[in-house]
Amino acid sequence: MELKSNAPAGDIQTRWERHRFEMKLVNPANKRKYNVIVVGSGLAGGSAAATLGELGYNVRCFCYQDSPRRAHSIAAQGGINAAKNYQNDGDSVYRLFYDTVKGGDFRARESNVYRLAELSVNIIDQCVAQGVPFAREYSGLLANRSFGGAQVSRTFYARGQTGQQLLLGAYQALSRQIADGKVKMYPRTEMLDVVVVNGRARGIVTRDMVSGKTEVHMADAVILATGGYGNVFYLSTNAKGCNVMASWRAHRRGALMANPCYTQIHPTCIPVSGDYQSKLTLMSESLRNDGRVWVPKRKEDVGKSAASIAEGDRDYYLERKYPSFGNLVPRDIASRNAKEVCDEGRGVGPGGLGVYLDFSDAIKRLGEAAVSERYGNLFEMYERITGDNPYKTPMRIYPAIHYTMGGLWVDYNLMSNVPGLFVLGEANFSDHGANRLGASALMQGLADGYFVIPYTLGHYLAQQKFEPVSESTAEAKDALRSADDRIKQFLSINGKRSPDSFHRELGKICWDKCGMARDAAGLKEALKRIPELREEFWKNLRVLGSGAELNQSLEQAGRVADFLEFGELMCNDALQREESCGGHFRTEHQTEEGEAKRDDDKFTYVAAWEWKGVGNAPQLHKEPLTFDYVHPSQRSYK
Amino acid sequence: MANPNASVQARPLAAPPGPLGLLTTSVGQKIVMAVTGLILVGFLLMHFAGNALIFMGPDAINGYSYLLHHSHGLLWIARAVLLLAVGLHIVTALKLAGKNSAARPQGYRVKRDVATSYAARTMVWSGPIVLAFLVYHLAHLTFGVTPGPYAHSEDNVYANLVQGFSIPWVAGFYIVAMMGLGNHLFHGIWSMFQSLGINHSAYNERLKRVSFGIALVITFGNISIPLAVLTGIVR
Amino acid sequence: MKLKLHIWRQPNQSAQGAFADYELGDVSEDMSFLEMLDVLNEKLSADGKDPVAFDHDCREGICGMCGMVVNGSPHGPRKSTTTCQLHMRSFKDGDELWIEPWRAQAFPVLKDLVVDRSSFDRIIQSGGYISARAGSAQDANATLIPKLDADTAFEAAACIGCGACVAACPNASAMLFVAAKVSHLGHLPQGQPERYSRVRKMVSQMDAEGFGGCTNHKECEAACPKGISISHIARLNRDLVKAQLTAAEEKAVSEGAG
Repeated sequence: MELKSNAPAGDIQTRWERHRFEMKLVNPANKRKYNVIVVGSGLAGGSAAATLGELGYNVRCFCYQDSPRRAHSIAAQGGINAAKNYQNDGDSVYRLFYDTVKGGDFRARESNVYRLAELSVNIIDQCVAQGVPFAREYSGLLANRSFGGAQVSRTFYARGQTGQQLLLGAYQALSRQIADGKVKMYPRTEMLDVVVVNGRARGIVTRDMVSGKTEVHMADAVILATGGYGNVFYLSTNAKGCNVMASWRAHRRGALMANPCYTQIHPTCIPVSGDYQSKLTLMSESLRNDGRVWVPKRKEDVGKSAASIAEGDRDYYLERKYPSFGNLVPRDIASRNAKEVCDEGRGVGPGGLGVYLDFSDAIKRLGEAAVSERYGNLFEMYERITGDNPYKTPMRIYPAIHYTMGGLWVDYNLMSNVPGLFVLGEANFSDHGANRLGASALMQGLADGYFVIPYTLGHYLAQQKFEPVSESTAEAKDALRSADDRIKQFLSINGKRSPDSFHRELGKICWDKCGMARDAAGLKEALKRIPELREEFWKNLRVLGSGAELNQSLEQAGRVADFLEFGELMCNDALQREESCGGHFRTEHQTEEGEAKRDDDKFTYVAAWEWKGVGNAPQLHKEPLTFDYVHPSQRSYK
Repeated sequence: MANPNASVQARPLAAPPGPLGLLTTSVGQKIVMAVTGLILVGFLLMHFAGNALIFMGPDAINGYSYLLHHSHGLLWIARAVLLLAVGLHIVTALKLAGKNSAARPQGYRVKRDVATSYAARTMVWSGPIVLAFLVYHLAHLTFGVTPGPYAHSEDNVYANLVQGFSIPWVAGFYIVAMMGLGNHLFHGIWSMFQSLGINHSAYNERLKRVSFGIALVITFGNISIPLAVLTGIVR
Repeated sequence: MKLKLHIWRQPNQSAQGAFADYELGDVSEDMSFLEMLDVLNEKLSADGKDPVAFDHDCREGICGMCGMVVNGSPHGPRKSTTTCQLHMRSFKDGDELWIEPWRAQAFPVLKDLVVDRSSFDRIIQSGGYISARAGSAQDANATLIPKLDADTAFEAAACIGCGACVAACPNASAMLFVAAKVSHLGHLPQGQPERYSRVRKMVSQMDAEGFGGCTNHKECEAACPKGISISHIARLNRDLVKAQLTAAEEKAVSEGAG
């Protein structure tokens, strides 16, 4: 299969503009004749549904939460990047583009990234017009901060709740379209399958999570904006309900899954406290500005209280190894080093999976009041969760899965290889390469939804003739039947283990073998154990109750079943990528300094996988990447 | 299941414009409560000020009474306004109370209130108590039709008061009823400001103090009269 | 620690519910309240009993999906804390906990502790937005917004739509929720054109949904996990009065134009 990115050629600065002109348009009077399905109501899905409804399309939007306002975009804290250069500090569209390509470790498509940088400025305008209360200066102008090690202040924020405010903006825009009857909203509804008719995506199968009713919705195009797959690791900063089902069902219907091994770890999360742990809580990275990371020098000291370990017996390992960046090294480096010291047996706290983040020097230097001014709410949250007071004892932190750069393969138009199936936001693979910069996820979700899909969807629709297909077409009936059969199967196994117990076990395998650092031996072991676990799942699962009611175990069973297949693909992808890049770190491939070592000659491509059936090896397709503007270089933080 | 746009067709229109439309909303009804409450509080303050003349002797209070009764209809206008205010206050309260109890058909097994006050929770009870008192009070001192050892005089308010409150149970009833009124005002006056949208962080504390102050003046000011008669300070 | 739980169980919206009693041992103080329920559910499923249904998602206090009344307090006893962020160290060994769903006519129970809050969505749909078409926005810095206004708008916008205000209110009133949105958008210059029609539409929708009226108990403010102030309710009251008294003119203009 040849993967055509459909990215326009020519001068990168005018590619999107030219493409917009070259794309076909749908006559305004005809838009209402097209039916569009949007799955997911986060920043990407919510903004897409609202914008398409506004343009006149008939939109149906689905989400598993009880309201579109709750999608997990809401939890993003830090901010959203935009190349506004309001600070007059040297930012530009080109610089944001450059930083993003470089930050992605040269594994993203240049054309997409440039477009993203270009659209970033429109997003801020749009959000302010919607009433998003961004932080402001006393002058009344918008405030910015530098985020995630960026050298310019281009991040717009609304305290620590930027994602929430942006999502509420999109949700309100969506609500307006719902009120106008242009969007019909289906909350508490889960997507179980894609209906593909004559090679084109023409509908989905859903389950009403309250009544249990499964049904088919047909349309002229299907847009998936269903988020990332971080929960394959069980413990992550994702919401409990985040899942890969929609993407995976699409993958099983022919959509290629690209770069699943690119997962991002966030270094400052609150560590696991026990076996019951259900999720990990992220604390803003800004903590590393004033906190010093350390562990005891000697293994014997890990059980002691932090205060009783003398200054000379502490190992400030980031400051020691990276004298110029110190505690502010990028996320992946901070994370991997934490893992390393814990693997050496020097980790602190329950299970030895934690490192100290110590504010005592900052408190001495700045005073408790100043520290509280900067980090008071984070300290409070930490204390609420752990019961420890960070003003008195150092915080304990540990890395956790936070974002997934991989996802369904899409072209420049955000359409997958299945015509009519579009994928937006974190669910697609497109813009972040192997590593995402801080404050860029919100930017991508909104760019896709407000400013890309309205054009590219029209382009697709205008080119096709759509024969009407009904819910009773053979493909739709088949998809519905297979979804119903799967539900019946979950309920009839009647084994001993809960879906959650399988999920935890899968998560542990993925985290241990395909987490912060991977190697061939570990990945091979995971590839042996995941299919075994999957086999046991289908023999020993226990789901009580029926399919015709609100049944949270049943919902979970479906999600875990898909994670059990997805996890295997993720490990396969990690195994084939014999290099380290961005969030993918293969211990066999590192520089002498312990840095990720890319192999540009062999791996400058997008790995897009084709489904070949359960237990069969997936087929790898490659989309070669070219870098005409930003030339690959090795990063160094020494 | 019920989905958010299930009722798109059934979406109510905004209330009709104008003050009458306002009255159809729950917020508008709260404003009726507040405005009528304001009128009644104003009356209570004036009523108390008039009554307090008792401490200046019979001539002062009887003279005030004479003035009221020869005000060329002003008294009747005031009475009409008050009657209307009381009527609206009661009718609206009933309406709101009905809506509020319908809003939670099934209550909690355990409910812990943290911010509200005894006064706020008992408005629906202190209201009727005040009403019952009002009926008695009008029958007693305005119309003089209550049974018992009390001879009503149209001209000598001073004598009426002294004579009336010399009976311990009558004085006692007045005192208890004033406590009920105080309870009603304790929540009512502050609440009135909030319902009218008078809330500003710079003034809220002062507003609260003023509200409680007015409630205290009316309650204990009124109580002081039967108390003064009982203790023989006024005779 | 060991706990005695009384949890509201109700198979579906039309069924009659009742409290069921459970004993749960081995509860760690580091568990979140929802993790405690996860452990209970694992135990129930192992015993072949239907697990307790409860809404939850982000488990970090921002999505607004979770919420239950614990011993009479929405989201439990800790101030400014959602149920998912409440940890078991707020309780002690041997405690007896009554766990109930939000109770309101406008929030029907769907199952156990899960309620239907779509009435909130319909209130937002009635007018809780600024009509800003994608693509037509001016430059973000073209309109200056005083920092105080932006901050006040933000404080109101921090609402997570969890419904604790309704659950806490003795009248099951949604005034804090509605006021938070009216005040958020009304504090911003972008929100001015629709400011008065918005408040009228949202209040009518709120009334139609069957919420109670506000009698200024302040329980909503105390229960709100985001600490939203009732001063926004006062502001809504002001806006509504002004809206009603000036609305006639608006209508005449639009009729004239039509």
